[in-house]
Amino acid sequence: MKNKIEISGLEVHYEGKPALNRVSFDVHENEILGIIGPAQSGKTTLLKVINRTLEFVPEASMEGTVKLDGVDISTIGDVYGLRRRIGMVLPLPVGLPLSIYDNVAFAPRAAGLRAKSQLDELVERCLQQAALWDEVKDRLNTLGTKLSGGQQQRLTIARALSHAPEVLCLDEFSIAIDPVTTMRIEEVLKTLKKEMTILLVTNLVQQAKRLADRTAFFLNGDLVEIDTTDVIFSDTPTQQATYDYVNGTFG
Amino acid sequence: MNILRKKSKANLPFSETVIELFIRLCGISSIIFVFGIFFFVFREGAGFLFSGLNLTEFLTSVEWQPTSLNNKRYGAFALIVGTFSVTALAMCMAVPFGLGAAIFVSEFCSPKLRETFKIVIELLAAIPSVVWGFIGLTLMNQLIIQVFNAPIGLTMLNGSIMLALMSVPIIVSIAEDALKAVPDSYREAAEALGATRWQVIYRVLLPAAKNGLLAAVLLGAARSIGETMAVLMATGHSVNIPSGPLSWIRTLTATIAAELGEVARGDEHYQVLFIIGILLFTITFVVNLIADLVIKGIRQE
Ligand SMILES: Nc1ncnc2c1ncn2[C@@H]1O[C@H](COP(=O)(O)OP(=O)(O)OP(=O)(O)O)[C@@H](O)[C@H]1O
Ligand SMILES: [Mg+2]
Repeated sequence: MKNKIEISGLEVHYEGKPALNRVSFDVHENEILGIIGPAQSGKTTLLKVINRTLEFVPEASMEGTVKLDGVDISTIGDVYGLRRRIGMVLPLPVGLPLSIYDNVAFAPRAAGLRAKSQLDELVERCLQQAALWDEVKDRLNTLGTKLSGGQQQRLTIARALSHAPEVLCLDEFSIAIDPVTTMRIEEVLKTLKKEMTILLVTNLVQQAKRLADRTAFFLNGDLVEIDTTDVIFSDTPTQQATYDYVNGTFG
Repeated sequence: MNILRKKSKANLPFSETVIELFIRLCGISSIIFVFGIFFFVFREGAGFLFSGLNLTEFLTSVEWQPTSLNNKRYGAFALIVGTFSVTALAMCMAVPFGLGAAIFVSEFCSPKLRETFKIVIELLAAIPSVVWGFIGLTLMNQLIIQVFNAPIGLTMLNGSIMLALMSVPIIVSIAEDALKAVPDSYREAAEALGATRWQVIYRVLLPAAKNGLLAAVLLGAARSIGETMAVLMATGHSVNIPSGPLSWIRTLTATIAAELGEVARGDEHYQVLFIIGILLFTITFVVNLIADLVIKGIRQE
């Protein structure tokens, strides 16, 4: 199996305080990797490392390497291009203060796509995939920030898909979404993994169990265990902490 | 709603009732003051405004001869043009510079440099306008004479530069606040989409902050229109329809300041100066109204 992302010896400190401790693991191509762990365990930090937005946090320092398709991402000159190879869905939905259409067309435009017909088609496809098209197709020109929280979250998913990412990172995407829509999006993710590699950070362990091929359990900045989801959710994962967390008897 | 309010009021402790009363008084008194000032200015000018003054001549004639013995003329057109042209030229300089500086401070500056920059801006805002007038009269005067080979440097250009320097601090600080108020999550979201710093700024930040930026520009313009001392000293102060930046001009405010001390209370000239005051009131009122309407329009969109 081909490795899409290879992380080795990754350490992140915020003002000297560790957030990730010597973490090493690989992400396989076209898998859904579930990332679980209690609050503050470094999950969001890990995603920020991968799309190099950690660089905007002045108090953060990083060691170790992250390779995307075998290339160390810190050596990639076109960081904007790199970020477009990675789709990012943040936990709190952020509709940019632009129209719904412009929200989705933002990244393709930033990358230089101008043709109206291509943009139209792209916007529709992404909104369809994010299960939002039917609700907004008649008002693509209203502000994205005027949508409900759950709709905005799906808008951010559509936006993350708009630049055809190779890796899709979802950070607790279902916080603001109702269960029915969550299920719809989960179905979409299952089909999307044929085209891309998906990192799914989630606080709902059952969501990882439903979707993930493999699952990684993080605790206080340490990677406690990474294995196939079946093993992690079995009665016999290698670490007791994993068992306790997954079964809700943690702490 | 009413019931709710009464109920909550009954539950208020005594100290809060007092504080609320005090705050209410502050609010009401500020309204009373504004109306009081307007009433005073209006009363002083009203007599001549309604009988005697030829309003058409006042608004369209360029002949301003209030002290002439046998041919008194009160044409304020040149003064109006003076005020607007010097403000417009000042804004042409202050808006790009002020907004640019605000973007720099809020988006590109290291925290340390930002603190320094803010102190400098505050210092700039604290300089009294008579000092700016003095700089215009001496330094800028010489500079304009030498650079443009002009006979005299006390011109509209000189006044505009002084006004620009005075309104830039206002524009920078309000615009910077507006940009800082844009949530960081917008920046993060746009950056995660692979936007460059400039794309983040002109596609996301400027649209998100446009209300505040507009307010910054309008307040800067209001400062320019109302400014008196510096333009009095730096623009040449002579009644003239300007033909370009190197013409001398006279403004409404400077006319009031220069002539009010010379007139007898209650005579025609005195009253005309108060009518100019009413005119300035009206202008600022209209500017504010436009600002309100524009902002409302943006909100509805
Ligand atoms: N900008 C920052 N400055 C300082 N410390 C930070 C910063 N961002 C994160 N941290 C710290 O790094 C640690 C890991 O945070 P991170 O956001 O990666 O956790 P998480 O696993 O995503 O948690 P959650 O489930 O609550 O989202 C935490 O202790 C957090 O306080
Ligand atoms: Mg997180």
